[in-house]
Amino acid sequence: MDLNFEATELRLGLPGSIDDQSEIKTTNSPANTNKRSSSEMGSSISDANDTSRSAPPAKAQVVGWPPVRSYRKNQLQAGKKTESETGCGIYVKVSMDGAPYLRKVDLKMYKSYEELMKGLQTMFKCIIGLYYDRELGYNNYGSEIYKPTYEDKDGDWMLVGDVPWDMFLSSCKRLRIMKGCEDMEG
Amino acid sequence: MAYSFPDDVLEHVFSFITSDKDRNAVSLVCKSWYEIERWCRRRIFVGNCYAVSPGIVIRRFPDVRSVELKGKPHFADFNLVPDGWGGYVYPWIAEFSRAYPWLEEIRLKRMVVSDESLELISKSFKSFRVLVLSSCEGFSTDGLAAIAANCRNLRELDLRESEIEDLSGHWLSHFPDTFTSLESINMACLGSEVSFSALECLVARSPNLKTLRLNRAVPLDKLSTLLRLAPQLVEFGTGAYSAEIRPDTYSRLAEAFSCCKKLKGLSGFWDVVPSYLPAVYSVCSRLTSLNLSYSPMRSPDITKIISQCHNLQRLWVLDYIEDVGLNALALSCKDLQELRVFPSDPYVVDANVSLTEQGLVSVCKGCPKLQSVLYFCRQMSNSALFAIARNRPNLTCFRLCIIEAQAPDYLTFEPLDAGFGAIVEHCKDLRRLSLSGFLTDRVFEYIGTHANRLEMLSIAFAGDSDLGLHHVLSGCDSLRKLEIRDCPFGDKALLANVAKLETMRSLWMSSCSVSFGACKLLSQMMPRLNVEVIDEQGYSDAEADSCLVEKLYIYRTVAGPRIDMPDFIWTMDQDRAYRLRNRPSS
Repeated sequence: MDLNFEATELRLGLPGSIDDQSEIKTTNSPANTNKRSSSEMGSSISDANDTSRSAPPAKAQVVGWPPVRSYRKNQLQAGKKTESETGCGIYVKVSMDGAPYLRKVDLKMYKSYEELMKGLQTMFKCIIGLYYDRELGYNNYGSEIYKPTYEDKDGDWMLVGDVPWDMFLSSCKRLRIMKGCEDMEG
Repeated sequence: MAYSFPDDVLEHVFSFITSDKDRNAVSLVCKSWYEIERWCRRRIFVGNCYAVSPGIVIRRFPDVRSVELKGKPHFADFNLVPDGWGGYVYPWIAEFSRAYPWLEEIRLKRMVVSDESLELISKSFKSFRVLVLSSCEGFSTDGLAAIAANCRNLRELDLRESEIEDLSGHWLSHFPDTFTSLESINMACLGSEVSFSALECLVARSPNLKTLRLNRAVPLDKLSTLLRLAPQLVEFGTGAYSAEIRPDTYSRLAEAFSCCKKLKGLSGFWDVVPSYLPAVYSVCSRLTSLNLSYSPMRSPDITKIISQCHNLQRLWVLDYIEDVGLNALALSCKDLQELRVFPSDPYVVDANVSLTEQGLVSVCKGCPKLQSVLYFCRQMSNSALFAIARNRPNLTCFRLCIIEAQAPDYLTFEPLDAGFGAIVEHCKDLRRLSLSGFLTDRVFEYIGTHANRLEMLSIAFAGDSDLGLHHVLSGCDSLRKLEIRDCPFGDKALLANVAKLETMRSLWMSSCSVSFGACKLLSQMMPRLNVEVIDEQGYSDAEADSCLVEKLYIYRTVAGPRIDMPDFIWTMDQDRAYRLRNRPSS
């Protein structure tokens, strides 16, 4: 926990004032007060509008504000990490025409179709082309090029690459890598 | 000619009196009632573990079966109380182990609990039944293993929100095969995976199990197994509610839930896969309590669930619910009594979540039984607070946190004094209030004047001068706990209201304007108060009396100054020179 000692330093005067509203809005930190120094001992507390106050650095966090329990904070942080990491991966079966065994891949490991193809190529030691890939597109009728397809939530077999990646992630149930000699282009 | 009932008749009558307040009143009637009452009091509550000593408790109440202790001040939840402050339970357990061999229940909040304490508990009390550790720390899963292994009659083990050193999940396997009395277990705060077969067997041999709160590590596809073994559950907390989408897993889960006819409370739902949520729909209509505050569920999914929870009384949720979800809540849940909305991302200025003051207003208008509110939001207006106050005069707890400190009324840029003033004026039974936003001394005038039933008040970044604090301390007849941070309140108000402090449990002030000198004076004037100064920075020798204290914790006590303070905490009853001479070098 980053203890912001500056924020817990003793201050005289109000923590912030109306004039500082715009700063407070952008910096998310309210402690707009002077540092206490022994030479200021005599100054009265009612000096509420001390203009020599300086704005704290932007995004300085005040200890304990907003008042969220550390237990809850830790849980929220852990939750966010799980969402962005592969904590709960999306594992789908991958079959390849002619291969004796199926494999499983975690779709969450990839951020795009291109990355997924690279991963599958490494796994199956073949060349897989997305239909819109100008170099490896299906216009090249070489039989070494494989085409990726997937089964969606409705049970239909779809060509990989049509829908946005996120939508693909949520609808893909399994993958099948088909031999390139099957003509998919009308 | 005085005659009275025989003692055992009186004792029998007293056995029907369970509330502490009533028991205390009974004990004041006369000496003989005091004597009879103290011998038959079975349950004690100590709201501040330093207000009294174990010895004093045991001398007065020789045969206690249930103890509840609270340790650190509330602001410890927000890291304002340094480590090492205190709140150690071991001395209490040590004395209880000698004096109360029949002790059955221990409930602790914000205390430091060591593994040794847990081991001592597990070995000292043969009829031990209930252990609740709420927001505690200092122990590990080894301590839990001792409890599991030795407490043969354990009924309840609740670790709510404690910080536990999680060495392994093996502790659960220490419950012996002959152990069948479990009624309630809450292990949600633990990270490690427990042996599923041990958990399964435990659930299977616990016919009285009513509450089962799992931790995140228990996977979704195992939930149906557990639910099928315990269809009598009243409260259930899931683990991570996510798995590959498989129709058979889903249907097993949905069926298992539908068999739980007594289920009234749900919680958990970490890591949600929305496709699995409909599995709980069958229980929604019976739910009275729903805690989604650790769940990343978004508004559409939350709304679908709560729209079916017509009997809901308590909802804890993140601000992902958004105003639209709160509107649905207002329409669907007419029995709602308690609402808590926590921030999903408290540290950003703009959380990209569409939750405003309107959601709260909507619930206050739509839910006639709403009594308790905790609400984090990013904007508030006086008009919204007026609407809340007018619609919900039955509020007993109102805790509002506008995330940006000192934020004014976002419509008029005025302070929120009038709005909170309306709250205290209309809500005559208000017992707890937390303020936020831009506030002047005026709001404290309203509070001091109107908040006669207020027992706990939390203030941050508010007020202009000592007058604000003076209004509160000179009014608020029922005030027990006052906690203040970063306000320009100082010596004058404190010293003008010293007698008030003895009528309260405690006062916390941090980053305010109270001087060492005032603390010393207060301490001399009020010997039954402990005036504890927390100062991690140390203070300079010169002009020490006029130096401002960092943090101050004042509480009434019959136990005298405490002896377990770390070196950064001082009581002001010692001579300053003596203290400086004997201070350990930092």
